[in-house]
Amino acid sequence: MRQSYRIIPIYTADVSGVCSALYELGGMTVMHDPSGCNSTYNTHDEIRWYDQDSLIYISGLTEIDAIMGNDQKFLDDIKEAARELHPKFIALAGSPIPYMNGTDFPALAQVLEEETGIPAFAVPTNGMHDYVYGAGIALEEIAKRFTGEKTGRIQARTVNLLGVTPLDFGPVSHVEVLKENLKACGWKVLSTWAMGDEPDAFLQAGEAEVNLVVSSVGLRAAKVLEEKFGTPYVVGTPIGSYTERIAKALEEKEQISYRKDRMQGRKDRKVTLIGEPVIMESLAAGIEEKYDCRVEVLCPLEETDGLLADGDRWVHGEEEMEEALKAAEIIVADPLYKPICPKNCEFYELPHIAFSGRIYLKKLPVLGKLV
Amino acid sequence: MLKRVGHPVDEKGAAVAIKDAAFPVPFAPGLEFNSPVHGNWNIVHTGMLMPEARQIYVCADNCMRGVVLTAAEMNAADRFSFVIVKEENLLNGNLEDITIEGVTDVLNKLEEKPKAVLLFTVCLHHFLGCDLERVFQELEERFPEITFIRCYMDPIMQKHGPTPDQKLRKAIYEPLPKRKADEKAVSFLGSDFELGKNADLKRIVRAHQGSFRELPGCKNWEDYLALSEGKLFVSSYPPSKYGAEVLSKRLKRPYLYLPGSFDYEEITAQLENFCQAMGYGKLEETISVEEEIAACERALEKAHEVIGDTAVAIDYLYHPRPLGLAKLLLTHGFRVTRIYLDSISPEEKEEFGWLKEHAPEIQLIATIQVKMRVLPRKSDEKILAIGQKAAWFTGSPYFVNMVQGGGLYGFDGIRRTAELMVEAFTEEKDTEDLVVRKGWGCESCI
Repeated sequence: MRQSYRIIPIYTADVSGVCSALYELGGMTVMHDPSGCNSTYNTHDEIRWYDQDSLIYISGLTEIDAIMGNDQKFLDDIKEAARELHPKFIALAGSPIPYMNGTDFPALAQVLEEETGIPAFAVPTNGMHDYVYGAGIALEEIAKRFTGEKTGRIQARTVNLLGVTPLDFGPVSHVEVLKENLKACGWKVLSTWAMGDEPDAFLQAGEAEVNLVVSSVGLRAAKVLEEKFGTPYVVGTPIGSYTERIAKALEEKEQISYRKDRMQGRKDRKVTLIGEPVIMESLAAGIEEKYDCRVEVLCPLEETDGLLADGDRWVHGEEEMEEALKAAEIIVADPLYKPICPKNCEFYELPHIAFSGRIYLKKLPVLGKLV
Repeated sequence: MLKRVGHPVDEKGAAVAIKDAAFPVPFAPGLEFNSPVHGNWNIVHTGMLMPEARQIYVCADNCMRGVVLTAAEMNAADRFSFVIVKEENLLNGNLEDITIEGVTDVLNKLEEKPKAVLLFTVCLHHFLGCDLERVFQELEERFPEITFIRCYMDPIMQKHGPTPDQKLRKAIYEPLPKRKADEKAVSFLGSDFELGKNADLKRIVRAHQGSFRELPGCKNWEDYLALSEGKLFVSSYPPSKYGAEVLSKRLKRPYLYLPGSFDYEEITAQLENFCQAMGYGKLEETISVEEEIAACERALEKAHEVIGDTAVAIDYLYHPRPLGLAKLLLTHGFRVTRIYLDSISPEEKEEFGWLKEHAPEIQLIATIQVKMRVLPRKSDEKILAIGQKAAWFTGSPYFVNMVQGGGLYGFDGIRRTAELMVEAFTEEKDTEDLVVRKGWGCESCI
């Protein structure tokens, strides 16, 4: 049964994705939920929570307010907090009960914007999708509303890194490696969506020669920036030696280079990767190139359209994943997948915060240095 | 890189001198902040106390993530399974089916069946009017050898009724059968921690060659069932009271609520009641109250000699009676300057009044109020923090690392607190490493 899980966990959900994407942008993100979303997010999905402040709160929705459709308390509480804390924007994220009630979040955001004068928007989460969806839409909103107007000025050999959150990449020091990899290939990073920059960095995002979608989280924003500024985008992660191929794709504006690069037609699959599609496909291409070894990518996340190479698969749920792994010989995945891997396979740990949370934080690999 | 965000803010609304504080809620409700302090136990930790049982949750991704990783972090993923609720299950109205078939699927995949399943349903089941009777009836018919326990993760209900935590502390005793009372046995209910071996109640029972039974000490299913044999049921942790009362009525067994206290008179009265209920005669025939109090005084005096005039901050997570602890310390010369809490327990109304009169400038400081995210978390002076939240909010590495009263009780609890304060004052701790770990006292693999 697809929906039952005996032993492995699930990926970070959409609500946490929103919070993670907006964490460093100076806004206030409010989860409309009774209790658990906040604790889940800041315990398992947010490695910055201990000492890097961000205005992320929960509404504390009660049964009576949910039944009576009382949105006024939600609005009043947000307005009161905004009056005290002066956020740059207000983002609203819903959870299962408001979804079931049909809470009109876009309308509530509009009311908040009109009454506080602070830009406000809603991200249509319901706690039932994965983080790529939530974080992706959050960054899409940033692209629509906080990147200024088109100036026509383009800075040559510059990129914006789109889709960077600790959920996929870990601490900011790991993100710096991605930037260094690109710099070594002659590309300068204008802004990183959304880690390590001042919020104002987004105002010059429209001046980049090209956008680089380093994880599927950044794809929606890339499409908005393409429409708004005419900036082309390339999909791929600058991992180790594969960065040179990414750099070439940036020069040629080749949208998804790894799909061409992946070995075609060979059946002798030796290595199986599990994880986020863009990073795993880039890693797979790097491994194939370096070791002449066929790689298969299994992606358990929802948004994979056009992102997977031929022969790679979207796999949903523990049972399907266990079945897909039955013939695997070498598996590279988060350690919490190990209980459903064949006993005689070779297993290489590749911790992923969006799956195992902070459990393997001390062993987190620097993705940019992997191959 | 550390960053401060937003506009400079003052403490107004997040802190108040106790002389100006309202009872029982000193702070206006609003949006809520959740600090990175996670030593408190949640329903997963408490559910794991039940031996030979498995927890199965049925809920949406976001709610699930918190509980499944709680189990993983305590190295108990092999006793935890779940069923994900999808959008279509809400729209199709087949939550009963998905719950029944999902749980069945999980159980069929297990090589060895558990003795009991703690089945957690959630807010969605409640709001959609899911027929839980049908769910449990069907599962009990399919798996007659398994005891299914009705558990709830429905925080949306917690402000107008029992919390999920309270309901769980009731549910985990529901399988206890009616058994003949063991005249020598006491069953201590609803606590996450074994009482310290020198806790007053244990010493008294030991002096009468009795047995002291408690869930955290149960190694197997039979140990658990034997909890029903206590001649007397006792609980001390406030969230346990609701469930213990229900159990006492169902099994027709006397019950005493003996909350952890820092007041000599209250402790004495509790112990006298206990001795009477157990048929031990007068308390003084077992222990000398005078000597107990004298030993407490010596421990507190010794602690004060070490700690002196250092500022002391207390939080509600250390013990359910933070005001009582503040009163005890103030009356023994300590300089208590602030207490972190979000509401005041009705059990502490008297202490609240006492502090208003005798220590009117003590600061009550919220932990969930929105400003607590951005207010400064450091101090120029050394602060002894009693509790994890006090440690994080003050930025102090000198703190007593314990939650929910630990296994402390009675006169012994006072002495242990004094000893822990001395230890905390003299030995610097790695606050960040310790307070972020979930479930103080549990295994933690982070």
